[in-house]
Amino acid sequence: MGNGNPVLVIGEIQSGTVSAITGELLAAAKAIQGQNGPVVLSLRGSGIGDIGKISAGLAASNIYVTDDSLLDGYQNVDAHLIVVEKLINEVRPSVVLFGGTVLGRDAGPRIAFRLGAGFAQDCVSLTIEEATGNLIGERPVYGGASMARVAVTTSLAIATVRPGSFDPISAVEDTGETIDYPVDMSPGSPEVKLITQVRDQVEGQRLEDADIVVAGGRGFGGPDPFQDLEQLARLLGGAMGASRAACDAGWLSHAYQIGLTGKSISANLYLTFAISGASQHMAGVSAVKNIVAVNKDEGANIFNDSRFGVIGDWEKVLPAFTEKVRELLGN
Amino acid sequence: MPLDIIVTAKQVLDPETPASALRINQETHRMEAPANIPPVVNGFDENAVEAALQLREKVDGKVTVLSVGTQFAMDVIKKTLSMGADELVLVQGDGLDSLDPFATAQVLGAAIQKIGKFDLLLCGRQASDFDQAQVPLALAEVLGVPAITLAQNVDVQDNRLRVDRVMTDGYDTVESGLPALVTVSNEIGQARYPTLRGIMAASRKQPTVWSIGDLGIGPESLLAKVEIRELFVPTQESACEFIDGATDEEKGINLALKLREAKLI
Repeated sequence: MGNGNPVLVIGEIQSGTVSAITGELLAAAKAIQGQNGPVVLSLRGSGIGDIGKISAGLAASNIYVTDDSLLDGYQNVDAHLIVVEKLINEVRPSVVLFGGTVLGRDAGPRIAFRLGAGFAQDCVSLTIEEATGNLIGERPVYGGASMARVAVTTSLAIATVRPGSFDPISAVEDTGETIDYPVDMSPGSPEVKLITQVRDQVEGQRLEDADIVVAGGRGFGGPDPFQDLEQLARLLGGAMGASRAACDAGWLSHAYQIGLTGKSISANLYLTFAISGASQHMAGVSAVKNIVAVNKDEGANIFNDSRFGVIGDWEKVLPAFTEKVRELLGN
Repeated sequence: MPLDIIVTAKQVLDPETPASALRINQETHRMEAPANIPPVVNGFDENAVEAALQLREKVDGKVTVLSVGTQFAMDVIKKTLSMGADELVLVQGDGLDSLDPFATAQVLGAAIQKIGKFDLLLCGRQASDFDQAQVPLALAEVLGVPAITLAQNVDVQDNRLRVDRVMTDGYDTVESGLPALVTVSNEIGQARYPTLRGIMAASRKQPTVWSIGDLGIGPESLLAKVEIRELFVPTQESACEFIDGATDEEKGINLALKLREAKLI
């Protein structure tokens, strides 16, 4: 590792624009650039048009843009892998970074296995170990109950980076050439074919974008209390979510699920009722600024991460709280 | 057409164990639960067993569960048989539970080749201990079959596989031929509980146990490409301010006032 070999960032394009994870990956690449060479970026998509436009403002030495109908979205992982593999063979990176996205989590392990490279999943921090030159990643394990510091010991190291772990780079530094990089896609016909896409019909705010999120858990005992909770969400101009236990029980659709499996939120205020705060759940709220918890168990894990807490029965706290909020907000 | 389905399953620390009861073993780089809290079958793997059993009920076939590990709690891993799986194959040996994901995939791949023909391979989307979500994808590479991840529904019709994949904002329906590998997510629905009849039937079944030697894999396939240097619990100080009140209702009112004061609402 090291020896001036580049860091290759596998960027992503969504709905015609470069997605946020790309800037975060560039920031991660900069952080480990010291012993490595330049940062090289791959962008792949369909119908990109002006390649100069799509790469404007991105901080990388060289930006390789591949435009092909097979690269639309992330459906055809095999097609993305053809481009990535060719690029790795040509630019000879020491580190390849994917986003911890549907594409990255599918493509990363496969390309690593094919190339005999070590792979670290879901890293929240990255460094280069001085003595060995190994890529060191820190990643949550046991659903976030602890962290593992792992060393990738192969000369090519591949990792995915958890979204939200790095502040995206926005300023332009040493931006190099944007290179049109067509790739022969003839082996790229997919074994897996997309038939239909069904998207959630979200009323009001998306959980991921909401500034205030209220959520209920297993302790609700059934679907009905979520109607009261939804009223509170509306009152606060926020969105409603739920723990996995409540969704698995069928009280709400999985579109409401917050956690390691489910949605990651970044609200300013996250207000929970009857959620114990299992580490699986807390993994989805690591970017929340203020957690407020109502739980009758004073030993509930969620209080460890909360700014304010109420030890009490949600059945009594929720109506009184909602009424007072209504009064305070003048509704 | 009856399907030969193989499901991979891992014995893991019970994720419901309270965090305060967990200890880090710095030698093994594992978290350990107190002896009175038994391990469980990884929840996503139970979801995969459930998907396999539903398919068998629909199109007929055989469900074989495959697990790799060092020490099995037999009544834990046999839960997959109690749920209704037909056979259980265990690859057991020292160090097998600390292999890195790619080495684990090599062992699973060799075991699957020894089991013989399969139409569908179902895996949990990830294991709840190391959450790596790598073994299934590497296994698909080892076996040279397509991989479809994050299934919330799995169906086979006319020898075609149809899967609904969980996306962050909905789902995609995709199709492929067989054989194929699918990773299953919890959105598929709660796994069934073993019935008394299932438990009785399972108690009469013995797992097939193989060692690495039975699989003909050389040590070079098992070399680690990733090493765990340290496991640690990030330091955090709990600074939770608890809201007082004579009754729970009053606490609710005081909470609203406090959030207003802190300009959070």
